[in-house]
This record gives sequence, C-alpha cells and structure tokens, in this order.
Amino acid sequence: MSRTAAIAGPTIASPGLFRVLRNSLVKDLRLEWRSKDAINSMLFFALLVVVIFSFAFEPTAEESRRVAGGLIWVSFLFAAVVALNQTWARELRNQVLDAYRVSPAPPVSLFLSKAIANFIFVCVLEAVMTPLFVVFYDLRAIGPIYQLAVIGLLGTWALVVNGTFFAAISIRTRSREIMLPLILFPVSIPALIAMVDGTRMILTGEASPQFWIQLLAVYDVVFTTVCIFLFETVLNAE
Amino acid sequence: MKPGFLIFALVTFGLLSYGLYAGMVGAPTEQTMGNVQRIFYYHVPSAWVAFLCFFANFLASIWYLVQRSQRADAVALSTAEVGVVFCTVVLITGPLWAKPVWGIWWTWDARLTSTLVLWLIYVSYLVLRRFAAGAQTQVLAAALAIFGFVDVPIVYLSIRYFRTQHPQPVIGGGEGSGIHPAMLSALLWNFAAFSALAIMLIWVRYRLQIMEQQVEEAHAERALLDPEAHTK
Repeated sequence: MSRTAAIAGPTIASPGLFRVLRNSLVKDLRLEWRSKDAINSMLFFALLVVVIFSFAFEPTAEESRRVAGGLIWVSFLFAAVVALNQTWARELRNQVLDAYRVSPAPPVSLFLSKAIANFIFVCVLEAVMTPLFVVFYDLRAIGPIYQLAVIGLLGTWALVVNGTFFAAISIRTRSREIMLPLILFPVSIPALIAMVDGTRMILTGEASPQFWIQLLAVYDVVFTTVCIFLFETVLNAE
Repeated sequence: MKPGFLIFALVTFGLLSYGLYAGMVGAPTEQTMGNVQRIFYYHVPSAWVAFLCFFANFLASIWYLVQRSQRADAVALSTAEVGVVFCTVVLITGPLWAKPVWGIWWTWDARLTSTLVLWLIYVSYLVLRRFAAGAQTQVLAAALAIFGFVDVPIVYLSIRYFRTQHPQPVIGGGEGSGIHPAMLSALLWNFAAFSALAIMLIWVRYRLQIMEQQVEEAHAERALLDPEAHTK
C-alpha cells in the first residue's frame, strides 16, 4: 500500500446511481404506503377544488367542455403542491438530509427518486380524480383520447420535476409552505398553457394538440436537464 | 461619493432631460394616434433596459455559481431589482397607450404575456431572496435565476399561437417598417438616457449591497470574537 493511500484512509466506493435511486424510491413509496399522508391530503384537496369549482361554474353547460381543461389542471396543480411541500420535510427529521449530503451517494439519484415518487403520487391522484371530473362535468372527448394520456404524463412530469427541485429550495426558507407556489407557478406557466390548451383541444376536437405535446416534451427535456445540473448545488447550499 | 459617479450622474441627467425634450417637443405628433404615441419613447427603451438587466442577472448568477464571488451576487441582486422596476414601467406604460389606441387595457398577446411572465419570475426571485435566510440564499437565488431565464423563451414559444396585437418592430423590422427620422432620433436619445439611468441605479444598488455584505461580515466577525458584545 502506498503512503498516500494510508494517509487518506480506506476509500469509500461511491454506490451506483441506479442502486441508490431504486433504494431511495422504494423507501419513499413504502413510507407513503404505510402513512398515506400525501395521497390522502392530495385527494381530499383536489376533491374540494372540484366541488368549489362546480359552484363557481355551471358544470353541465356546453361551454364547460371549454373550461374543463383549465379546471382539471388547476386542481391537479394545487393538489400536487400539497404533496411537493412534504417531499423534503420528511428528510429534515433526524438530519437525514445532512446525512445524505455527507454520504458519497450521487445527489442526482436522490433528486430523481424524489421526482419519480412524486410523479407516481400525482399520477395516482389523476387516475382517481379524472373519472370524478368526467362524471361531475359530463365530459366526452371529441378528439383522440389517447393523446390525453400523453399530455397527462408529460405535463405531470413537467410539474413534478420543477416542483421537486423548488421544494428543495423552499424548504430552506421562512414560511416554506407559501414559498413553493410563489416560485413554482411562474416558471410552470408554459407547461400549464400547453396542458390546458392541449386538453381543451382534445375535449372540443377543434384542433390538433400536436404543437402542445411537442412543447411539453421540449419543456420536460430542458427542465429535467437544468434540475439535474443544478440539484447538487442546491442540496449543498450553505 | 466618487467623482466618477458624480460625472456619470450629471451625464445621465443631461441625457434624460434631452430625451424628455426630444420625445415631448422635438418629435412630430403621430398622425393617427396623436400625442399618446409619445409613450413609445419611454415604453420601448424601458423594455430594452429590462431585458438587458435580466440578461445581466442570468450571467451574474452563473458567475456566482462558478466562482462564489460576493461581487457576482451583488450584481445579480441589483440587476434583478432594477430590471423589475423597468419591467414594471413597461407593464404600466403599455396599457396606458393601449386603452386609447386599441380600446382595451390588456390583451393576452404573445409579447404582453411573455413580458408579464418575465416580471412574475423576477418578482418571485426577489421574494425568494427576502424569505430565504443566510448565505444559502445566494445559491438558491442563482439557481432560480437560471430557471427563470431558461423559461422565458419557452413562454414566448408557447404563446406564439395567440393572435398578436402588439405592434411589429419598427426598427429593423420587415419591409415598410421604419419611422420618421425625428422620431428615431428621439427614440435613440431615450435609449441612451434609459440605459445610463439603469447603469446608474445598478451602480448605486451594487455599492449598497457590497456595503451591506461588509456590515454583515463585520457583525459575524464580532459575534465570533466576542459573543457577549453581540447580545448586549
């Protein structure tokens, strides 16, 4: 053994990106499965928004088809913020986040596991809430319905990837619950425009949502890259 | 106050005065819109300055993340604040002009919407800076600034499907664009004046921020050396 190696001590092998990602994701999903904190609060919140919207707008009128895209996504966005706020709060107890910071595990895997966990939570929410919307607002899609799924998946990832990143920022601030929507909503406006307009086009069958799907794909690629690139900096911000 | 700054302030004052004269008196009255068109000489330079400030903020944020230089952070903060001020001027003068000319205060047109979103993003940046505590504020703010700057072209792309009501660019636009030479000269003077004003404001704000950083450091040092003195 060389002299320098003896001084440096035993080197800790950095665990693989995918192994850490999988373990962290499984841990988050198991925690959620046992507590059901995020899912229950999101579902109840989204349900409340649907009911309140139905008082604000005439739900069975013909024009409800035109505003339904906006209503659906606004309610999902608000509900997602409820879950996103809890993303990192769980890691603050017992200094888990600090432990992660000093561990040799790649930060990207922590970020991606959190984002994927949130993505799964919000997708479950959407799967439960969409039939309710269909029933309450008497919706029928005139355009191609499979494209709704594409918009749903791309749009949800857009919200969740930025939301997870900004939750890591807002967790360090005073009044962190209000901080997250304040910084998340302005940056998410392009994704929301694409989701709302794309959904409306499919529901009304007026035009092809092709452009909006492409825009969401571009948005997803750009912001996932920026998040991965900057997450380590934000995690280690002191 | 440094003499260099004093001279620059005087030049700025002169430029602003001449710009005011050129816009209000020198330039001819527009045929169809009348005097309300003169808002143009303030609206367009403000927009130009606001975009420049946000671009400077983006560069300073990257500079901060790479070098962790306190100066870079001071530049980022001061350009963001001045940019928000000029962007606010754009958003106020625009509707003032639009009401008599278009008949409405606001329309969700590509140019207008993206300017509003730009303003929202940088206000959220300033809010973050106010609410985050301690030295990590700077890192978090720099990360948000990069997000904001990447977002704006996507906003612009996402709303270009909307009908556009905002006038086409009159300088370097397509064929048939161009304005009266006196109007152009008034506009260019105001470009110079507003750019100088922005540089002056950023300069003052930057100096102030550097001083605040020094005061904070001094406080921290004193607290370290003599914990008793700090609590008294």
